[in-house]
Amino acid sequence: MNEFLNQVAKRFSACAPAVDFWTLRLTDEHSEFVFVRQGVTQPVSTQLARGALLTVIEGDGMGYAATSDLSTSGLQRAAAQARDWAQYAMGKGLVEASAFPRPSNKGRYQTPVQQAWEDMPLGDKIALLQDASQALKIDERIVDWSAYLGHRRVDTLLVSSAGAFIEQGFHYLSPSLTAVANEGAITQYRRGGGNQSSRQGGLEQLPLLGFPDAAPQLAEEAVALLSAPECPQGNMDVVLAPSQMVLQIHESIGHPLELDRILGDERNYAGTSFVTPEMFGHYRYGSDLLNVTFDPGRPEQLASYACDDEGTPAQREYVIRDGLLVRPLGGVLSQARAGLAGVANARQADWFRPPIDRMANLNVEPGATDIADMFASVERGVYMETNRSWSIDDSRNKFQFGCELGRVIENGELKGLVRNPNYRGISATFWRNLVGVGNAQSFDVQGVTNCGKGEPNQAIYVGHASPVCRFSQVDVFGGAA
Amino acid sequence: MMQDYFYTLSDKLMQDLEGEEQLLLGFAGEDSDFVRFNANKMRQAGRVVQRELSLDLIHGKRHARASVSLAGELEQDLWQLSVVLHNLRAQRPYLQDDPYLIYATEVNNTEQHHDQPVIDSREAVEQIRQAAEGLDLVGIWANGAMVSGFANSFGQRNWHSNANFNFDWSCYHAADKAVKGGYAGFDWQQPTLLAKFEAIREQLAIVAKPAKTIEPGRYRVYLAPSALQEIVGTMSWGGFGLKSHRTKSTPLLEMVEQGRRLAPALSITEDHARGLAPGFTSSGFIKPDLVRLIEQGRYADCLVSPRSAVEYNSVANAESEFPGSLEIQAGNLPGEKVLSELDTGLYINNLWYLNFSDRNHCQITGMTRFACFWVEQGKIQAPLNVMRFDDSVYDLLGNNLLGLTAEREFIFDPDTYGQRSQNSIQLPGVLIDAMNFTL
Repeated sequence: MNEFLNQVAKRFSACAPAVDFWTLRLTDEHSEFVFVRQGVTQPVSTQLARGALLTVIEGDGMGYAATSDLSTSGLQRAAAQARDWAQYAMGKGLVEASAFPRPSNKGRYQTPVQQAWEDMPLGDKIALLQDASQALKIDERIVDWSAYLGHRRVDTLLVSSAGAFIEQGFHYLSPSLTAVANEGAITQYRRGGGNQSSRQGGLEQLPLLGFPDAAPQLAEEAVALLSAPECPQGNMDVVLAPSQMVLQIHESIGHPLELDRILGDERNYAGTSFVTPEMFGHYRYGSDLLNVTFDPGRPEQLASYACDDEGTPAQREYVIRDGLLVRPLGGVLSQARAGLAGVANARQADWFRPPIDRMANLNVEPGATDIADMFASVERGVYMETNRSWSIDDSRNKFQFGCELGRVIENGELKGLVRNPNYRGISATFWRNLVGVGNAQSFDVQGVTNCGKGEPNQAIYVGHASPVCRFSQVDVFGGAA
Repeated sequence: MMQDYFYTLSDKLMQDLEGEEQLLLGFAGEDSDFVRFNANKMRQAGRVVQRELSLDLIHGKRHARASVSLAGELEQDLWQLSVVLHNLRAQRPYLQDDPYLIYATEVNNTEQHHDQPVIDSREAVEQIRQAAEGLDLVGIWANGAMVSGFANSFGQRNWHSNANFNFDWSCYHAADKAVKGGYAGFDWQQPTLLAKFEAIREQLAIVAKPAKTIEPGRYRVYLAPSALQEIVGTMSWGGFGLKSHRTKSTPLLEMVEQGRRLAPALSITEDHARGLAPGFTSSGFIKPDLVRLIEQGRYADCLVSPRSAVEYNSVANAESEFPGSLEIQAGNLPGEKVLSELDTGLYINNLWYLNFSDRNHCQITGMTRFACFWVEQGKIQAPLNVMRFDDSVYDLLGNNLLGLTAEREFIFDPDTYGQRSQNSIQLPGVLIDAMNFTL
């Protein structure tokens, strides 16, 4: 697919070092960003990134080297650096030689695209954003407003000394609309139009994400929140839209189930986990209604792929089934260390970082409840939409989230807006209070584009899809006013 | 050598300009070793070499930007960059005039070199593993050179380089009970490392005691510098930028709109002159040595990017509106009296995962992490189980601030997103009469 990467791989393979095992992962990335703020087109920006990550195994030592010099001499220099680190690590490493992945398979993936980014001229993209920007400025109280459109094309090629050849091509689309309303010392935000919903695909995704049609409603809601009452305080039901579920899944299911965290790799930075290896197979993570899958096969979702960056073929797996913890989110290396079956989720965020366990696509499966019936079953509660604040302890247990918009639910009826809706809880008990899971009509594909983890640090794209969900006995509160 | 390469590349690219075009170039590079530890063993070890060139091609009030990873080989890079320049030119007919475009036209050449010899990473790793023998060490060793450059078609040339190390780690007793350590700088000294591990072993003995769980409520606390850094870091999310002030999105809105103030003991500056980060901006302006952000508890100046300076008719004083070289003035509480002044309460070494629970009131929530202790009558009694706080900065660093320590810590930012951070902060610890814990 990417001829340039193929040529680089061939050149390297012809002069590869004599070591126990090597892999070469090449990346060719092209990004473009268009942004209109307050009706002013900001400088259009393009990013071109090309680089190689060389990994060498010698005995029980492993080393890597990353370089943007893709000439033959540049790759040879990097291979020597990786080999030097591998040799130095012999006898000092955490991982036994047999645990290192040694891919030899073939693989191929290409994001399905119906309307290519290039099909729309730059002038039309700017005009689209200008119109969206204008639609956001509905009132003097809208003090800042912007429309954004970004596209990333990432081609990768993984080859190895054992004959692996895995070529993958991804297209990511990131639209966003933002309205900021102010009156006196109160400011309220609304974001949408794909803000938390970056997707794989082409421009055909835009209308599915409400871009740009959501603009007037977002602005109206931002203004309405200025005079809305504070979110009520107390122990009650919460009904969470997919735009909040995305963070709830991410922080209190995704991170605690990452196997490298469970194995202690992240304890100095991203943290540990309240989940231990012994829990898999029998621990009750949530109510019977909770079904969570690792799903790399949903074409529009951010982390769909054929193989992970260690070369392991990816397939859909249940992580939590009927509330029971089934398997961790760990790639081949972590699986060997832990002696547990996992998933193909060893990923690198950039060409210059080594693969580690990441979430990829982690989804709550739809249930059977119609949303109208879900609201009708709530005596007292708050419906919350669009995450704006997230915080959780380093074991991924005690959390607190805040949302942009809330609506009171009383005696089965969805009522007026409330501002500054927050709730807090503990992962280990919160999911057991899942009492309603929306059906497929409420299911929405979203994601996180800045999941941070790893030393050295890596910020990566992960996908989360979810229906609307209802939880009981939640500690809910508003702002400080 | 990279400086010569960047200047040669710049000279060649300037020759390709057409008509009245202007070109701004930025260069960023690193040559870094990274060694990751778990259980005092090597988890991942490697070397990262990356160079990136950013371009801003300007014609009148129209311009477009690009960034390109460089191979480091002149002919190859020039070929790629000529294509990029061509593409930027091709975008021009579709662009509109940018009313906030600004760039330096007066030539200010500068050079800053902090190129102390970089320690050999393998030697340092050996010393670390020996010092941590018997300990459950987990963390990251980062070491190497960082370079930044600027060039424009007016002939300005700027260069900034430094070589430093940053060892960021923690040692675990069990589960989530651990002690955090940090050693960063330009001049690696094994005795310093050994002294830090000795202190960690002493704290681990306390961490090993049965942990105390406190009930939600208000407690007197001491925040060590690394904990205060987390609070100030969260305030910095829009707190000090001119754009966030003018768009009413600053978490310090009540200071701006209602004249609210923090404790008079609190003065915060952005110390550009410290020299870890480049002293020039990506549009060629030279940063002032100092920007006073908060003076004796009152809001003073904002950080102003060049674009905001035009938009809001102000003067640029920063590259971005997020601080990178903060300094908090010391107080007069001697470090050795912290425990006795705290008397009974919480000694908090580290906070974690902070975020706003109500941005309008600068109300922040977050967790305690690593070695935090329960103190009674000036004596450490037990390690704490993690607790969530939720409180307003106006209370924590305002009404309830009792004092700042006379000693300060200098902390190099260990972040490595994209590339190794060049941010740093110098700050004291703080004694607070009441902090609200919720979960």
